[in-house]
Formats: sequence, structure tokens, C-alpha cells
Amino acid sequence: MSSQENPEEALPAEQGNAHGEVAPKDDPFADPGLPPHKPRIQDLDERAAKRSERVVAFLFTLSMIATIGFIASFVAFPIDKIVYVWPLGHVSALNLSLGLTLGIALFCIGAGAVHWARTLMSDVEVADERHAIQASPEVKAKVMADFKAGAEESVIGRRKLIRTTMFGALALVPLSGVVLLRDLGPLPEKKLRETSWDKGKRLINQNTMEPLRAEDVVVGSLTFAVPEGLKEDDHEFNQKIAKDALMIVRIQPDEIKNKQQREWAAEGIVAYSKICTHVGCPISLYEQQTHHVLCPCHQSTFDLSDGARVIFGPAGHPLPQLRIKVNDQGYLEAMGDFAEPVGPAFWERG
Amino acid sequence: MSTATTTESKPQQKAPAGERVADWADGRLGIYSLAKANMRKIFPDHWSFMLGEICMYSFIIIILTGVYLTLFFHPSMNEVVYHGSYAPMHGIRMTEAYASTLDISFDVRGGLLIRQIHHWGALIFLAAMFVHMMRVFFTGAFRKPREVNWLFGFLLFVLGMFTGFTGYSLPDDLLSGTGVRFTQGAILSVPVVGTYISMFLFGGEFPGHDMVARFYSIHILLLPGIMLGLMVAHLILVFYHKHTQFAGPGRTNNNVVGMPLLPVYMAKAGGFFFLVFGIIAIIAAAFTINPVWALGPYRPDQVSTGAQPDWYMGFAEGLIRVMPGWEINLWGHTLVLGVFIPLTLFGVILAVIAVWPFLESWVTGDKREHHIAQRPRNNPTRTAFGVAWITVYFIGLVGGGNDLWATHFHLSLNAISWFVRIGFFAGPVLAFIITKRICLGLQRRDAEKVLHGRESGIIKRLPHGEFIEVHEPLDANKLHTLTAHEQYAPAEIGPAEDENGVTRKVGPAEKLRVKLSKGMYGEGNQIAKPTAEEYKEITSGHGHH
Amino acid sequence: MKKLSARRRHPLAAVVVLLFALAATGGLYAAFAPAGKAQADETAQSLAIEEGKKLYAVGCASCHGTGGQGTTDGPSLVGVGSAAVDFQVGTGRMPAQQPGAQVPKKKVIYTQAQIDQLAAYVASLGAGPITPTESQTDPSNADVGKGGELFRTNCAQCHNFTGEGGALTHGKFAPSLEGVSPKHIYEAMQTGPQNMPSFPDSTMPEKEKKDIIAYVKAVNGEETPSPGGFGLGGLGPVSEGLFAWIFGLGALIAVAVWVAAHTAKAKKS
Repeated sequence: MSSQENPEEALPAEQGNAHGEVAPKDDPFADPGLPPHKPRIQDLDERAAKRSERVVAFLFTLSMIATIGFIASFVAFPIDKIVYVWPLGHVSALNLSLGLTLGIALFCIGAGAVHWARTLMSDVEVADERHAIQASPEVKAKVMADFKAGAEESVIGRRKLIRTTMFGALALVPLSGVVLLRDLGPLPEKKLRETSWDKGKRLINQNTMEPLRAEDVVVGSLTFAVPEGLKEDDHEFNQKIAKDALMIVRIQPDEIKNKQQREWAAEGIVAYSKICTHVGCPISLYEQQTHHVLCPCHQSTFDLSDGARVIFGPAGHPLPQLRIKVNDQGYLEAMGDFAEPVGPAFWERG
Repeated sequence: MSTATTTESKPQQKAPAGERVADWADGRLGIYSLAKANMRKIFPDHWSFMLGEICMYSFIIIILTGVYLTLFFHPSMNEVVYHGSYAPMHGIRMTEAYASTLDISFDVRGGLLIRQIHHWGALIFLAAMFVHMMRVFFTGAFRKPREVNWLFGFLLFVLGMFTGFTGYSLPDDLLSGTGVRFTQGAILSVPVVGTYISMFLFGGEFPGHDMVARFYSIHILLLPGIMLGLMVAHLILVFYHKHTQFAGPGRTNNNVVGMPLLPVYMAKAGGFFFLVFGIIAIIAAAFTINPVWALGPYRPDQVSTGAQPDWYMGFAEGLIRVMPGWEINLWGHTLVLGVFIPLTLFGVILAVIAVWPFLESWVTGDKREHHIAQRPRNNPTRTAFGVAWITVYFIGLVGGGNDLWATHFHLSLNAISWFVRIGFFAGPVLAFIITKRICLGLQRRDAEKVLHGRESGIIKRLPHGEFIEVHEPLDANKLHTLTAHEQYAPAEIGPAEDENGVTRKVGPAEKLRVKLSKGMYGEGNQIAKPTAEEYKEITSGHGHH
Repeated sequence: MKKLSARRRHPLAAVVVLLFALAATGGLYAAFAPAGKAQADETAQSLAIEEGKKLYAVGCASCHGTGGQGTTDGPSLVGVGSAAVDFQVGTGRMPAQQPGAQVPKKKVIYTQAQIDQLAAYVASLGAGPITPTESQTDPSNADVGKGGELFRTNCAQCHNFTGEGGALTHGKFAPSLEGVSPKHIYEAMQTGPQNMPSFPDSTMPEKEKKDIIAYVKAVNGEETPSPGGFGLGGLGPVSEGLFAWIFGLGALIAVAVWVAAHTAKAKKS
């Protein structure tokens, strides 16, 4: 806003602008000026001052003792010693003693210094003048003139070619830095669309690392499975299980409301991705009576008896279902990869 | 030797050692000129002016303890099988990052203490910055010439959040890993470039093998480096502008009243550092924070209930928890609004408080320097706005912990989510209205006190039988303090024609400004402070009530 | 015969076979064992069922029906097994006080002997998971580390890292595991009480269950150390944040008030 529109006169009288001068007599609200200094007990009574001195010295001494205590605790307590301290519980003797002694050593230095300042150093309030931050018009004029002179001497205004090419060069040079960031990681390509699941891969029970049999999975139970061949010591284990993790439950076929879900299930055994479609938490808070499964991170709730439809919370689409069957030996096996990307949605998901 | 020193060292007697050292330094660093301006610099006394010191000291404590932790922490995602001192993790595969965090906790003497000081210090640092920022906001201490320092402070708060977040993720435990997973999911929601950012940040698919090493250099070098620079700049500006002070007798816009740096504030502020450090050390001695050994190493297929970030990210967590799951699929692309909107809102809500000073100075059109800290009640609209903002922030925090509120208050999780959804919109409005009314009430009470004196609690019976309470008139100091605040008059559009009869153009921005100004300073939005005339009429007229 | 072979993969097939086997052994035993002892055992068993039936009629029948067939107020108990009864009644959840989102743990009102009688009666209604013996649930030789991994895969999502419990939908919750006996943890995994899914022996064998119990006892037992100091409920960042605000920042502000306050002035100078 330009200043013409807001003339300074329209603003209220400046706060406390009396400069500490004696105000006009008829203004009852005028600044009466700094009140006279009142002494403390310590200023008048030497015994009180001595007392303060002793308190400060005591605090500093206590700090020294606490530091010695810190070193003593460090040497004395074995690191695995657990002691019962009411009301904290069974705590590490070393942690508690080191922390308390260090805390006391530090606190007493601070308390001593502050007590000293409060009781023995002068507490006369002093006023310091402020000076405007803004420079005076003369200073400004001088700076502007200097700048103009400097700019002219550089001939940047006249030699346009220099100016243009310099800006061009400065604008381009950071690109090298940007290009260097290219190898931070690979391009996404199809990585988020594929998992290790494939046709004929058996479902391995994560508890026993044995292949799951259909009859092992009873109604109301919850089992987690990984694809055959995924090993914990695999270098890429974490990247793989972040997409492969599977949640297996069995629902009475007549309770399954979704037609496709029934078809993709094997004898009522359904296999859903354990990775939430919201932001990727492993979702597995399965309520066996309602067939609802809740995500512990952001509370998206899916109905496993209805195509893992979202019934509450911030997730945007159902959990992907893995199509499975019971093979000839009675084991559960995948009939292919997931039909859609697992985990959180992304721009290219479609 | 500079000429100044040679001339000063003319006297035959040798100066004391301390002085000679100072002379030496002055000849090279010019310390005397620096000390002349600053050694007896005046600082006003008020507890709320020390909040910034809590921030600075906890930051220093975090740096000190952080350096110690780097001596033992291995920022590596190479996998090892644990066989250390903590029995319940024996035989578990984990990254070196997690294993070395267990070692710091169980095999390095004092390591656990330092880790806990570091983490408690971080929580307190962020909380103190929040409170400090609100102190500056509610007292209008961000006004000219301090707008730039307000932005520095705001940036420190935002960077502090991200430094905290990256540090929290370093141990690679199950809780923090879940937080990183959430971050990755949120990054994926960014239109067009989300998947690319995710691949580049994690060096491939989540979680990858690079996350800890990259977060480590961000956490210990990049962000704290920027923060240290900002903090120094923030402090230099505090020195340069001199501290604000509250109105009072002898305290004007052109001075600062208080005690000198040497000796009082040297002792008080220096001592306060030790007090802050001492208290945080005692807390770290007696209270567990982030017991990583109980959490287990991160695995993307495992999770625990009660998965929350540290408090300063709780507001973002709350937004994301209560957002409905909107997702738009068009032309083969997915717009993940359910995640992207909260992600954007997180930045927008923070930015709103950051730009307020500029909005306010535009509305008032005031270009003068202000060094008197206002009482919150004397700017009811700003105060109400600030409280509304805090309400949004804390409702977000409640949403971020909705599962724990549910179990601890025996409520339904879904009911809390709905409460937060409604509260997010209704809460700030209610808070705004209530706060404004309270401020106006307090202003009225101040005016009452000025005109009629303080209620003394003494009941007097008048000759004709009426009972009255005796009001003690205020002394000159209090009269001044309660009437020292300035009050803006609401802006006017002004006449459609100027004095020369030329039609003035009033743009929509100006119209908006006038509207906002009326909303802030118009009738019903502030109580006119008593004038000297009113006061004289009442006091000279008829006695005391 | 074809019908029968089709059903051999039924989840209850194993139970049926087991029942036949039990009945057969029982029958053979009855036929060949010394008459007196068999008589005594059988009498003890039927006496327990008889006593359990009486207790059932008083305490349970109003919701679960006189024959355990279930009513609108309570589910059928046919086939839930003695383990379910031992868990539900032994933790005080049953008899339930009032309908709600979830029946909470309460003071146990039956003695263990009475619970055994009730369990015997309910088990007689239909076969189901059997109350585990002490050796089945004893975690002393189990692998705590493995148990931790299993716990984080199967249990922590509802019960929290160290079994402090957590929220489920619409007011339901996963209870805290603090102070729950190994037997009851075992039974809960076996039977899947209320909305908890079950982890039957077919997918979670006895050894793995023991590992899990050992881990729970190691991280949430009475003597579990909390080396860093008071644990703040083991709930993670929310309680830590509240503590940092209220006590941490609170203490620092209190100190700041002391530092900045003016020292008391002498009354009369």
C-alpha cells in the first residue's frame, strides 16, 4: 500500500512516545517515568547478603560433589545392573545415577549463578536508548550514489552482451549439480507394479516357513504368508516383502459378499495383500467376527468379506486380492501375480 | 601492533595479563568496539522473554549430545545377526544402524543417558520453539522491524521438525521405519513426479539400502548446519533490534529498560543454560524415551499398534488420519487426494501463521517501528486468530493420537475421527469467537479499572443505608500501563472524489483491506480506551464509584 | 465313500478323526481296563460334567441357552472346547456383565475347580480346543528372539510392541497382555476369543506359541527392566510428547519465571 493512502496522521499516537520527558500536567495517563529503585534486603542487611553468598557457594560446592559422584557412578556401576527404584520401576543403576549426578551438577551451577545475580548483583534498572533501524536520508543518498557509481564503472548497463551472457552462464551452471543427482536411484518403470508372486508359487506360512495346506487354515484364524523362495537373508528381502506380504483368512463361502472375491478364493480361503493401500503400513488388525481389518497407522478399515472394500478411513481403494487355488497335493498356491499394484496409490497407477 | 595499542601502552607499568590478552585480541579482532556496544547491553526482565533461550540452549545440548552419538552410531543398512547384550533380540537379523543403537543403549556406559538427553532435548526444543513463536505472535513482537527475524524463527521451527524426523528415523527400528514408510507413501501421492522422488530418495524401491546413510547426512550436517546459521542470524538481529518490552512507567518505544548483560544477564542467561541442561539430564535419568530395544528392527511387513510420530509431526499425522479416502482415476492416472490434500494442508496451515505479520502490516498500513510488546487482549482479532490456529494445530494432534485417546478414554476410534473431522472446521471458528469475546471483556475490565479504580473488596455502608464496594483509584504507574496501548482506527475507503473533484479509483485490494481493517479495529472489535477527559470527569465529579 | 473322501480336507476333519480315535481308545480302555478304576475315572469325569452343568444352568444358560446352543444374547458354545471356557471364565470375561462393543476382563468369580467343571461340561457339548497342560505353556526353554519376531508379525499390530494393547474399530480394543498368565495367552491364540483371530496349532505350532509367550514375559513381565527409567506406559511418542510438554517444558518455564522475576524488595527502606 502506498503511503499516500495511509497518511501517517491516520495512525494512532505512538505508544509510550514520551521519551521519558515530564508529560503535560493535565494528562492523567502520562508516563510517570521510571519508578525509583527500591533496595532488596541484601542491599541493606549485610547478614542477608552473607546468607545469599553462602547459598551460592553451597550450590557451586554441591555441583562439584555431584560431578565427583558422576565419575564415581561411572566407575562403580556395571552397565547391566538393574535396581528397583520406586516409583520408576526396574531401572538401570548406571543410567539413573549418571543422569541424576550430571543433572544436579549442571542445575546447581545454573541455580548458583542465577541466585547470585538475583540477590547480590545490582538490580537497578537502566534505560538504554533505541536508535531507528532505518538509515537517515543522507546515508541512503550516499549509498545510492555509490551504487550508481559502481554500476556505471562496471559498464554492465551499457555492455548488454556481457550482461546477457553472464546471466545465461549463471543460470545454466547449476544444471550440472542437478544432473549429478540422476544416479540417486533408478527410474520407477514397472517396479511398483510387480511382486514376487507368480503362477504356481506356493504360499509359505511365515510362522513355520512351511508351505500352507488348505486344511491348516480354519475359519476365524489369521495367517501371514510369503511366496515360495523368499529367504530372510536375501539381499533384497525387505524390498520384496514390502510388496509380497500376504494375509490369509478363511471365511464361510456364503458369508463372502463379493462375487470375484469368492472366485479368487480357494474353499473360502482368501489371500489379501498385507500392505495398506493408503500409505503402505502392514495392515493386519483382523477382527474375526466382523471380518473387518484395520490399519494401525491411519485407521483405514477394510471389509474382508466384501472384496476388502474400504469402509472407513483415508485409504482410497480396496486391498488387492491374490488369486489362489488348492493344488493337487493340498497346498495353497498362487495363480499369478496380483492383478493390480499393491500398496499406496501413485500417479502412474491408473 | 596497531597504533591504538602502542599509544595506550605508554604508561610504564605493565598491564595485567588479562588486559594484555584483550589488547592482543583487540588489535586483530576489534573486540573493544564490539564490547563497547554490547557489554552493558540492556535486557528487559520477563519470563516469556526467556522462552527463546530455552530453544537456543536445548539446540546446543542436542548438538553436543548428537556429536557424542555419532562416535558410536553406524549409519549403515548392512544386515547383521544380533548377538549383543540385549537378550530378547538374540539371533534377529537387523541393520547395523539398529544394532549400533542397541549397543549405544546397552554396551556404551552413559550411552543410553546421552541418547535420552538427545531425544528429550529434541522434543523440548520443538515444544519451546512452538511456545516461543506463539509468545512473539500474541504480543505482536513480529511487527516492524522484526518481520525478517520472525521468518528466521519460523524457518528454524520447520527445519527443526524435519531434523527431528530424520533423526527419529535413523535407528531403523520398527516404529520409525513405519514413519518412513508413511512418508514414502505420502511422496508417492505427489502427482506426476511422486514415484520418481521416491525412487531417488530411497535409491530404488522402499526401503532400500541407502535410507539411513542419506538421512544421516541430512540429519547431522545439512539441516543442523542451516539451522545453526539461521540461529546465529536470529540472535544477531535480536541484539541489533534490541529486545521488545512491555509497556510500563518509564518504558517507551524509544528505550529498553532492564538489566545489563554484564553482569546480570551474563549470570542469569548463562546460568539458565545450566538449568536447562540440568533439568533435561534429570528427565533423561528418570524417564525412558523411545526404548528402541522394545520396538524391534524395521521390517516392511511388521507393525505395531499405536504407531505415532514424535509430537511435532503429530499434527500432520492427524490430518492424514482423518482425511476421507478420495482418489480420482482419470486417463490412466491416479490423483491420490486422500493423501495429497493433507500433505498440502500441512504446509499451508504452517504458512498461514508465517505470513500473518505481512497481512497485518498491510491492513494497518503502519510503517513505524514497534518495540513495545502488546498485551494479547489489546489486539483481539489477532489473538483470536492465533488461538484459532492453535486450535487447528491441536485438533490435528488429537487426530494423530486417535487410537490412544480411544483406548484410554474408552471411546470409539471412529467417533474420535469424526470428532476431529468436524472439529477441524468448527473448532477454530468457535475458538475465534470465544477468544475475541474474552479479549473484549478484558479490555472492558481494564477500562473500568482505569476509570473507577480497583475493587478493594471492602464493603461500606453509606449514611442512607446503601452498601457499596470501595474502589481504590489506581496509581499513576498503573494508569499509564493500562492506557499506554495504541488503538488503530479502522481504515475508510475515503471520498469517491478527491479535493480537486477527480474521481479516485478504489481497487478491489483496497476494498478488501478496508474490510479487513474494519474486522480488526472497527466497532465491536475493540473497546475504546478511556480518554483523559472521561477520567477527569469521573474523578473530579462525584467521588469513588 | 466318495462323500467322505471329499470331506477329509474339511477344517474339522482332523477334529472328527481325533474324536473317533479318542472314542475308540476310550471304548477299548473301558472294555479292557480293570473295571473298578475305570468306573472311578468315569465317575469323576461325569461328576465334573454334572457339576459343571449345574454351574452352567445358573451362570451361563440365560445367554448361551440351556444346552449351550446359543441365543440372541450369546453365541453357541458347541465345539468351542474347554480352552475357550478356561480363558473366558478364567480371565473374568465370562459371565459378561452387560452387552457392549467388547466384553472386558474382570474379577474372576469362579474357582479354578469350578472353571474346570464348567469347561468339562462345555467340552462335552462338542469337541474343541482342549485346555493346555502346564508343560505345553511353559516358556522357560523357548527362543525369546524368535518369539519376538513372531510377536511382531502376528500380534504387535493389535497388542503393541510389548503387549500394552491398542484400539480397534468402534470401541473394540486389543487388551494389554500385562500380567496375563502363559496358559491364558496360549488359550487366546488357540481359540481366538471375541474378535481376536485364532492362531491354531496347524498354522502356529506349540513351539512357536511358547516362543511368543516367552517374549511377552520377557518384555512385559513383572520384573522386566526398563533401563532408561520410568516407561510412561510404553505407549510411544504420544505419551512422550505429552510428558515433554507438561513436565519438560513446564519445569523449564517454571525455572524461567524464577530467573526473570524481580527479587523481593525490602519492605521499608
